[in-house]
Amino acid sequence: MINFLLLPILIPLITGVILIFFSKNIIAQRWISGISSLSTIAVSAILVQKIRQDGIQTLDVSSWDAPFGITLVSDMLSALLVLTTSIVACTTLIYSFRSIGQERERFYYYPCFNFLIVGVNGAFTTGDIFNLFVFFEVMLMASYALIVLGGTKIQLRESIKYLLVNIISSALFVITVAYLYSVVGTLNMAHISQRISEVDQPGIITVIAILFLVVFGLKGAVFPLSFWLPGSYNAPPIPVMALFGALLTKVGVYSIMRTYTLLFYHDTGYTSKILATLAILSIIFGLIGALAFADIKKIIIYNIIVAVGVILFGISVMTTDSLTGSVFYLIHDMLIKTTLFLLIGIIISITGTSKLQEISGLIKKYPGLAWTFFLSALSLAGIPPLSGFIGKLLIVKGGFEAGNYLGAAIVLISSLLILLSIMKIFINGFWGTPRSYEGEKKASVKTLMIAPIILIIISILLGVGAQAVYPYISQAAETLVKPEIYIDAVLKE
Amino acid sequence: MRKIDTNDMLLQVTTKITAFIILLFSLHLFLAGHNNPGGGFIGGLMSAGAVVLLLLAYDLKTVRRILPFNFIYVAATGLLVAILTGMGSFLFGAPFLSHAFDYFQLPFLGKTELATAVLFDIGVYLVVVGITMTIIQTIGEKE
Repeated sequence: MINFLLLPILIPLITGVILIFFSKNIIAQRWISGISSLSTIAVSAILVQKIRQDGIQTLDVSSWDAPFGITLVSDMLSALLVLTTSIVACTTLIYSFRSIGQERERFYYYPCFNFLIVGVNGAFTTGDIFNLFVFFEVMLMASYALIVLGGTKIQLRESIKYLLVNIISSALFVITVAYLYSVVGTLNMAHISQRISEVDQPGIITVIAILFLVVFGLKGAVFPLSFWLPGSYNAPPIPVMALFGALLTKVGVYSIMRTYTLLFYHDTGYTSKILATLAILSIIFGLIGALAFADIKKIIIYNIIVAVGVILFGISVMTTDSLTGSVFYLIHDMLIKTTLFLLIGIIISITGTSKLQEISGLIKKYPGLAWTFFLSALSLAGIPPLSGFIGKLLIVKGGFEAGNYLGAAIVLISSLLILLSIMKIFINGFWGTPRSYEGEKKASVKTLMIAPIILIIISILLGVGAQAVYPYISQAAETLVKPEIYIDAVLKE
Repeated sequence: MRKIDTNDMLLQVTTKITAFIILLFSLHLFLAGHNNPGGGFIGGLMSAGAVVLLLLAYDLKTVRRILPFNFIYVAATGLLVAILTGMGSFLFGAPFLSHAFDYFQLPFLGKTELATAVLFDIGVYLVVVGITMTIIQTIGEKE
């Protein structure tokens, strides 16, 4: 079926629409969205396999040929990200069943959830720069609804900031696309890339590249543009926070990866220097935040910024190794951030607080929770058998090969400090004398644990089975290194 | 205290006629969309405009009696129509959203071009009407 690569977008879209009709029937909503997210996983796994065998899949929507219509392109990178998104979505959904609360479920939580997945999957799959904007907006609209849903005071305050920042960055996105369109006269990414290589990236294209960096940096929380993230991500309930932390910023990072490897790769002297500087500043800024706070939510939130910096550093180096590392780290980070957010969600639901000083001795009563958290903390820092290792290894290797010793060294040191920031939670929260907390319910913890345990198993398999996963990742990186593959697949010449 | 009767007679009588004309014009705009300026968006917006005029002349309850829909469901139906139109092409093995058209000999209208793009536009129309009315009704109801 030629429309196969559309299914990861279409299934959540139809689900979201159908769920609007069942808004008052919570059981039906849970079943429908659960089944649909499982089938999205299945479909995207098949898609990955298909691309492994037959190469890049493209679909010219509404039968218009490549540069003239919207083309959806599923190369290995986007298919892997779509698969990861589906896994993250499914596990977060399972977690939501037990934690989000009936009030929110009745007010279109699941439709918004599904529309968010539509936006993310669409943004990963599209091959058209304006269509990318549209999918960004689909994603953001759904995220506006999710961030404010419930209407507590902190949510209202933070959603105003979040809205304001994102509306400004979306306007900037439109302006940037307008600039690009006035220079190259096309919106299809493969065709843009071809046109840019014809004119060999003059100054104005570099300006546009930096504008795109600003736009996607605002979406993806790159250092000086990440000011909105710690506050906004602190506001919504845990499953929404997990979804945001795992997906939204990563779409921005993916877009930087795509535009910088596919479109603006001719004159990289200037752009890659800026990208590397911002990446390193993001790492440092994120680390300062992660170490400074004694609030478990804030620690994980600042770790998002660190991870964005690490991935961007890999992109800025632009060697095969570093790009492979970036792709690997991106996938690993989406999984592990969801795990961590869900785990701290469980801690907060047990203790009723996110302040580290008020938590201690959880390991006595909740050993399963403690060791899962320990594993995911090690994985986040990049300890060898776990999934965070290979990505970072390749990024550091690429950095040293390209002669960016300072950057590579900072990436290495950052691992240590990440470990310190996350072990702070483990040592203070799980060790020490046990306390009793109000509203402890042991039964609910067991059901809440299902989602993070599934995720940590996948993450361990990703690390231990790196040999098996590597061909897929390197196929993804190959398209990034050689944009001709992508262009030929889209324009079919 | 006796409630003073407001006399909206003039407004209400004019509204009866005007709303009808606006609805007809919105239908015209909707159908003209393929070859002339117009289409689902502006058509839907104008239809919603007619309903808003009814809201101004009468009140929320009356309008709800005339149009007893939950407008959120109207919007969702519109989305469903649009998506299913796009998926109609799956039956013929064509890419998503491929549309088809042909000329038909219809009674009264004669030779007419019918395109599946109109079905998609019906979806857009319903979404726009649904969303606009939902927004206005929600704000109007709020204390």
